[in-house]
Amino acid sequence: MNKNMLAITGVALLAVTACGGGDDPLDTGGDTEADGEAGELVIGSQRYYSNTILAELYAQVLEQEGYEVQREFEIGQREVYIPELESGAIDVFPEYTGNLLDYLDGDNDAAEAETVHAELDQALPGDLEVLDYAEATDQDSYVVTADFAEEHDLSTVGDLADVEEDLRIASNSEFETRPYGIEGLAETYGVDLTLVPVEDSGGPLTLGALLDGEVEVANIYSADPAIEENDLVILEDTESLVLPQNVVPVVSSAVDDGARSALEEVQGLLTQEALLEINAYSQSSQASPADVAQWWLEEQGLNS
Amino acid sequence: MNHVIDAFELLADPDAWGGPGGFGARTLEHLWYTALALLISAVIALPAGLVIGHTGRGRALAVISTGMVRALPTLGLITLAALFLGIGLTAPMIAFVVLAVPSIIAGAYAGVESVNPVTVDAAKAQGMSRWQVLTRVEIPLGLPLIIGGLRNAALQVVATATLAAYVGAGGLGRQLFLGLRTQDYAMMLAASIAVILLAIVLDASFEVTQRLLRRVPGLA
Repeated sequence: MNKNMLAITGVALLAVTACGGGDDPLDTGGDTEADGEAGELVIGSQRYYSNTILAELYAQVLEQEGYEVQREFEIGQREVYIPELESGAIDVFPEYTGNLLDYLDGDNDAAEAETVHAELDQALPGDLEVLDYAEATDQDSYVVTADFAEEHDLSTVGDLADVEEDLRIASNSEFETRPYGIEGLAETYGVDLTLVPVEDSGGPLTLGALLDGEVEVANIYSADPAIEENDLVILEDTESLVLPQNVVPVVSSAVDDGARSALEEVQGLLTQEALLEINAYSQSSQASPADVAQWWLEEQGLNS
Repeated sequence: MNHVIDAFELLADPDAWGGPGGFGARTLEHLWYTALALLISAVIALPAGLVIGHTGRGRALAVISTGMVRALPTLGLITLAALFLGIGLTAPMIAFVVLAVPSIIAGAYAGVESVNPVTVDAAKAQGMSRWQVLTRVEIPLGLPLIIGGLRNAALQVVATATLAAYVGAGGLGRQLFLGLRTQDYAMMLAASIAVILLAIVLDASFEVTQRLLRRVPGLA
């Protein structure tokens, strides 16, 4: 139990006690200026700290380019914000390629980052487009402790099939039915895992279960700084069971070429290490998304 | 409305009830968690509440502290406890006990206090010891309120026991979370309906118990 985990719990507790505010986060969007100059761009984000930081990065870069930006952050689920993007109420949204493709086209059979991105561009409705995807991913990953990996000589997910003991995995309950879940692992890798459902999406409880030895494997997102902090090993998904989740901005037609090239410049800098660094800084400093974004842009020499 | 119809169809499907992860097994787990939490809470809260009611001491403290405890968000408490104790049933059980204790304490001291002081005086005048006054006069006469406290606690715990599934334990919360996470709203609704039915059945059985007790001579 370290201080960091307690701090995260504190934040979680606050989130639990704070019931949703009364104002509709969507009711002011959509009014773009008509005078041809850089119009106001509305940027949205998911209710997930890392996603909000990405949205803030986009916002600050666009502001530097002289665009007027309106922030509509922390909008819950795709069911809510995708229609808002379609209607033009939101212009820029940081997304993850695989999950968005799954949402738009559940029957897709893409597996590689490249094909996922290409299919995503096809699947997006109306005028919406995705810009280039970043190297950084934030995706489900199968994680074990360094000790366990060494003891059983593990480096890929398939290696788990040779472990001669009953294996348990801590993950959200959706792991039971997802293609990359229990059944997918059995079919693709011949690995039989028992699910221990922990509903904090790879958060401190999932991490704790892994470190306490209550499970042997945990599903923790690849952009979670806890992986490095606790010396965990991500087992390589050689058969691409998990859809790649590269960071990608979805943009509407209101985003002009200048704005697009500004966004693509940031995308180019978002390596996996960069995203991990951003998330780690956010968790250790507990700074606001705006401050974290500003800090990172300064680090990159992008701040004027 | 389709989700509602689907949910009832799911509940009517025998296949959904069978198996180790079916509604049947989960409902039993759910009931077991509720019963265990009630038992632990009663062991802690009944003696405390009876003493407070009998002596009149510590009443203000009990009112304030139980009121404060009631304001604790249960999910937050479970998360915090699970960070220290690990996943499994222990952390949610602590939270359920914290949830149930205030109602039981309040029922117990209110029950004892509700007894007519003249009756208590009469019992003392007949030479009853304090223990006899408590066990033969105050508890039997205050029983409806004491059981009412248990009834409130049971209702709160059975409705909240879904949260056990948040940290790896079972109960009907498993179906509820699975439905929520996979946008299977029929399953989520079916689990909610099962919890509601369970709460109604539990409450009704307390009602029946309270009515039966009223017929017993010597009880209020």
